[in-house]
Amino acid sequence: MINRIVVGAHYGLKDWIAQRATAVIMAVYSVLIAAVLLVVRPNTFEAWQGVFANGVIKFLTFLFFVSLFYHAWIGVRDIWMDYVKPTGIRLTLHVLTICALVGYTAWAAAILWRL
Amino acid sequence: MAEMTIKKRPKNLDLTTIRLPLPGKVSILHRVSGVGLFLCLPLLLWLFGASVASPEGFAGVKAIAGMFLVKVILAGLIWAFMHHFCAGIRFLLLDLHVGIEKEAANKSAGMVLAVSLPLTAILVWGILL
Repeated sequence: MINRIVVGAHYGLKDWIAQRATAVIMAVYSVLIAAVLLVVRPNTFEAWQGVFANGVIKFLTFLFFVSLFYHAWIGVRDIWMDYVKPTGIRLTLHVLTICALVGYTAWAAAILWRL
Repeated sequence: MAEMTIKKRPKNLDLTTIRLPLPGKVSILHRVSGVGLFLCLPLLLWLFGASVASPEGFAGVKAIAGMFLVKVILAGLIWAFMHHFCAGIRFLLLDLHVGIEKEAANKSAGMVLAVSLPLTAILVWGILL
């Protein structure tokens, strides 16, 4: 175990499960919101905003965004680990990815809670 | 563990001579579509945010989405979402050991394309055209 690779997959199950759990949440939300939009058919601004201003949908949409960003973190991190070998560059890319996704989370919250 | 990483094995990683089987193609497209969606997250968040913020923003997004180049990008993103969605469900089933035999896996890979491509066409037609 001397040659243990430091920047690795943590040899853990947590992210693997999180990737799948977030995928299921997003899949369920996608079908749900598609059904809502098909029923409501929001063609005007008031109707379109009304869909996402609804408390339940607002909550579920935020849950979707958080799942999306966590899911994207695991997927993009895997890609950096597959293709970028120098540890310094890889760690930098990891940090930049996290910064972007944390920023997106705040952005999504700001969009939804202004409604 | 340490020995395994040192051991030299013959390998062929020349992408021009590898003929990827269908499940392999679905798999790499899963990654490609994921990257595309990730890179366009700022664009999508911006469009969504503007569309729900104000009537002017809503009209603005409608106008931007009417531009040909934006339509092409959005059509690409709709494909990326549909492929990622369908292939993802297939991977979840494989994780549950459903259809892991070679023939079944080949078939389900074909089914991913048979479902995601028409769904893409329907959504592009229904939303963008």
